[in-house]
Amino acid sequence: MNILVCIKQVPDTKDVRLDPETNTMSREGVESIMNPFDRYAVEEAVRIREELGGTVTALSMGPPQAVAVLKEAISCGADDGVLVSDRAFAGADTWATSYTLSQAARSLGDFDLILCGKQAIDGDTAQVGPGLACQMEIPFVTCVQKVRSITEELILVERMMDDGFDVVQLPLPALLTVVKDINEPRVPSLKGKMKAKKAEIETLSAADIKADEKCIGLAGSPTQVVNVFTPPPRGDRTVFSGTPEEQVSQLVKQLKNYL
Amino acid sequence: MLIIDSEKCIGCGVCEEDCPFDAITVVDGCAVVNDNCTLCGSCVDTCEPEALHIEGAEKINKVNLEEWSGIWVFAEFRHGAIAPVSFELLGIGRKLADQRGVPLSAILFGSGVEEQTPSLIACGADIVYFADDPQLEYFREDVYGRVLEELVRTHKPEVILAGATAIGRSFIPLVANSLNAGLTADCTQLDIREEDGMLLQTRPAFGGNIMATIECPYSRPQMATVRPKVMKPAEPDPARQGELIRVTPSPEALDSQVQVLETVRSEQDNVNIQEVEILVSGGRGLENEKGFEIIRELAEELGGAVAASRAAVDAGWISYPHQVGQTGKTVCPKLYIACGISGAIQHAVGMQSADTIVAINRDENAPIFDFATYSLVGDLFEIVPILINKIKENRGQ
Repeated sequence: MNILVCIKQVPDTKDVRLDPETNTMSREGVESIMNPFDRYAVEEAVRIREELGGTVTALSMGPPQAVAVLKEAISCGADDGVLVSDRAFAGADTWATSYTLSQAARSLGDFDLILCGKQAIDGDTAQVGPGLACQMEIPFVTCVQKVRSITEELILVERMMDDGFDVVQLPLPALLTVVKDINEPRVPSLKGKMKAKKAEIETLSAADIKADEKCIGLAGSPTQVVNVFTPPPRGDRTVFSGTPEEQVSQLVKQLKNYL
Repeated sequence: MLIIDSEKCIGCGVCEEDCPFDAITVVDGCAVVNDNCTLCGSCVDTCEPEALHIEGAEKINKVNLEEWSGIWVFAEFRHGAIAPVSFELLGIGRKLADQRGVPLSAILFGSGVEEQTPSLIACGADIVYFADDPQLEYFREDVYGRVLEELVRTHKPEVILAGATAIGRSFIPLVANSLNAGLTADCTQLDIREEDGMLLQTRPAFGGNIMATIECPYSRPQMATVRPKVMKPAEPDPARQGELIRVTPSPEALDSQVQVLETVRSEQDNVNIQEVEILVSGGRGLENEKGFEIIRELAEELGGAVAASRAAVDAGWISYPHQVGQTGKTVCPKLYIACGISGAIQHAVGMQSADTIVAINRDENAPIFDFATYSLVGDLFEIVPILINKIKENRGQ
């Protein structure tokens, strides 16, 4: 079973607070981390390999410093990591990103299973997983909360829905996007960390993956950002004072439309 | 590529401060761009000396925009009912269609769906295209994707709107990818530019800390998903007339090796927290599973549902579908009551667009008080029961 896991480096928001005056997030000193949903994808891939054998390859598209998340994936059990990085990819929307990842995946060989996190926390689109499946022409299921069973030919999963879940069976090769309910990611072992430290991360350019220049970066992106702005700050804020009874009385007055 | 005109650049550093991606630094009095640049364009807008511009490249996926006409709304049908978000989409879809002077169509897939069509026409659809087939009974990405793709290729609509639900967010990206069309996720505002019919799609990015407006200048259809509860639902008018068109998908579109073996509805109290108007949410301050009892009681009194922070879900006090925040769901109810939730940014990004936020927390320095509309400082186990009683009293009057 050869498994590809797609991961993204995103800004960490852990210690950031919203500025109450402007309601904006300060990015100063914010570090980059592996997208939280992708951790679950890496863990699931490693678990499947432990059951069936094979390899786990982590793939990321991003600037050169994204090597860090690929090394992290290796420390968590991935066998190797590959970065696709090129200034020509800048400005890629989800269409161009899906295309680029599919070209990279093809250049790396045949995979039985591709795993992605449900979405990245910086863009929140949840579009690259389905887009990649489309470009690879393989079936897919999103928001998988459990892999019930897997063989070389078939995978049986639970897909989270808004009102419960569906049990879905699909033939391999296939692509899954996963939610955090699927597993409890392991902490990197010392051995894993050593391996990651020594690991050479292969970097592929647009030419290496034989990408059509009209399908990557800004040129390959049907959507274009035409304006970026800070949302208007929230309206007035009121802090009630007094005993719990007094505070609740004031609140109930304000909420009468809802009661 | 971002092009910096070193002649015009005065090294003021506005772009450096403004860049959401830390991609620009001023070196020796001139801006320099690094590999973090995503070509978002925010620096171009704020550069007063106009020293920055983005050089476009030739587009591959150009289509003849004139050939595409009409506004479509995907009406999501599951377990015998049309998802409420579909009627919200018909509301905004009607406005866009009127602005463009084109028909509004609803698209309905499922098994035994014909009886659902009148509600779509009553809520503003001029045409309902419906595909009624046992193969469409359960949602499958590939089948739904191919059937919609066939319809789009035949009728060429200029705009397609779908709910940002589990179903919409799953198969709509497949359709957009197959059609080489642009798709914008989770739009909170949609407008049409009168001159050229461009759909202006505004969405939050970085967990709502930045808003971005997105266009699809060269491709059609222009596709967008919209979160539930963001748009106002259309008022039904049973007297409205419309056209029903039965669609027969090709056998190839319906053929799939993907099988839905079972579909399970959660037994737990209303887990679809994205579709309710009032949410009562509990966090670490509830101390244990039992703490959720008063949260449930308050939610019941208000006719709302129960949500939770990641801390409460990770502690096993309530299931994951109730989780609000970065690794859970994004909600925008009319009223959000946060009980014993500190309000870390990961939680805030999932609920800060609620109309009214009430925070109850013992710690007066909790970040949640920075963005709550109404703040109550104190013990939630004391405050919430008083609140429940007051609501009951109010109702008695």
